Amino acid sequence: MLVSYQTFMIRVENLSKAFGPKVAVNRISFSVEKGEVLGFLGPNGAGKSTSMRMITGFIPPSEGKITVGGYDMVADPIPAKRLIGYLPENAPSYADMTVSGFLGFCAELRGLRGDEKKKAVNRAVEMCFLESVYYQSVDTLSKGYRHRTCFAQSIIHDPDILILDEPTDGLDPNQKHEIRSLIRRMGEKKVIIFSTHILEEVEAVCSRAIIIDRGQIVANGTPQELKQKSDLAGAVLLCASGVTAAEVTDRLANVSGARKTTIVKQDQGKIWARVYPKSESRNGELARAVHQAVQGWAIEELHTEEGRLDEVFRNITLPDTAKEETK
Amino acid sequence: MNSFGNITAITKRELGGYFSSPVAYIFIVIFLLLTGTFTFLFGGFFERGQANLEAFFLWHPWLYLFLVPAVGMRLWAEERRSGTIELLLTMPITAWQAILGKFLASWAFIGLALVLTFPVFITVNYLGTPDNGVIWATYLGSFLMAGSYLAISSLTSALTRNQVVSLILSVVICLLLVLCGFQPLTDFLAARFSPAVVDTVASFSFLTHFMSFTKGVVDSRDVIFYLSIMVFSLFTTSVIIRSHRAG
Repeated sequence: MLVSYQTFMIRVENLSKAFGPKVAVNRISFSVEKGEVLGFLGPNGAGKSTSMRMITGFIPPSEGKITVGGYDMVADPIPAKRLIGYLPENAPSYADMTVSGFLGFCAELRGLRGDEKKKAVNRAVEMCFLESVYYQSVDTLSKGYRHRTCFAQSIIHDPDILILDEPTDGLDPNQKHEIRSLIRRMGEKKVIIFSTHILEEVEAVCSRAIIIDRGQIVANGTPQELKQKSDLAGAVLLCASGVTAAEVTDRLANVSGARKTTIVKQDQGKIWARVYPKSESRNGELARAVHQAVQGWAIEELHTEEGRLDEVFRNITLPDTAKEETK
Repeated sequence: MNSFGNITAITKRELGGYFSSPVAYIFIVIFLLLTGTFTFLFGGFFERGQANLEAFFLWHPWLYLFLVPAVGMRLWAEERRSGTIELLLTMPITAWQAILGKFLASWAFIGLALVLTFPVFITVNYLGTPDNGVIWATYLGSFLMAGSYLAISSLTSALTRNQVVSLILSVVICLLLVLCGFQPLTDFLAARFSPAVVDTVASFSFLTHFMSFTKGVVDSRDVIFYLSIMVFSLFTTSVIIRSHRAG
């Protein structure tokens, strides 16, 4: 069904959506290739769901172009929709149906009949561990099962593209883990876009992340690249015992390549300090410099930090005034 | 072929939805009870001493007024409330297929309720020798009229996520469409306006067009009237659904 030379499975150009005077999505552009797992990040109301609804063809864009597998979503929606499996926010499903009835119905709308349909339903049930509730009515299911039922619906036709709106929202840690490993496993062969609030999820699953804020893309890169934007990226954390805070700041003030030093905490005679690099410090250079400077102390811990995604996220998405307040 | 398959899938699901809840059974029981009561108690079926089903069909426009919107109110309101509309409309189907599939399911459901009134048909044939041609024609008219009520309910159902609001709206719209052909109202209008105005108003009524069916006449104008109400309402449904998504 799919032609292999199409590298960009999803291409979004200058996509905008306005609800009356309110602009929900403002000229976003990005593209996703096969084998990519793209994380959509952003605060509530940033336009994640609206973007996903436009990509899946649920709402038409006010402006811009969406191409899915070579088909224009607005002009040629049916073949485009065929390529997509979609898990909407809150995982809706027909409460009056049984799990088997619901999945059968979805399979039929995907054009599967007879044996094909049976196989597709069984495969999805197996992948989402729904065997035990197969004949149960959806409204008697717990939230986790309901969620997985809707998830099963999205993969029933083994789509090339999966679009998941907060796939782990409201699940317990075990279920979250299952869904994540499912995403990672399927991400090797498919295109997956999923939105989340949970930053650790991005690090665990995504090959690339886009941060959306107030309808605009404010960052786009691998989780590693995004972390580099953190203030903390490349900072050196030192823990020493038997010294005072004054001594520490004094010694570390003159380390070459250090921008500033802060005392993180003091506890039971130990003292933690963080040395921020002036510019991008190369592989452990700053750490060695710090090590030099504190020779003779009892060092408990010394390492270079990676930067934290949550900090990057906050820096990027908080309005400037709020940023000042949290500092 | 493909679109036919999609419509059947949706119709099947929707019909299943009716019967998986008590609503379907309650509706059928109430419908049969009311048609029975009205026919024999208020219609004076026996007192008429005539072998026809006029006493039975006479009440259909009025019974449908409340019962049919109750069947149609969930069509889209429920989809919107539960968010499944997002699932449905991101499937590789057109909005038209969904609208038609749902409508046909509810129409078939009313059709079933109508079929279950067969005891009156048997009764009248047992008691006398009615003109069954007239009875079939009136059944057809009643079924077409029910379809028109339903199409209007589909429209009001698409307007809101609240089933009760949908019910009330469609009852009001249908009431207007019934009343504009109702004798007391047409008399009232006739006293004030020219006959052309009265005829125009009355020609929009479910009642006026149903009357010729009860006389055994299947006039293409009446059939077209009901069909055009359905087409118009379903088309408006699609416009409403599109405009919701457009924001």
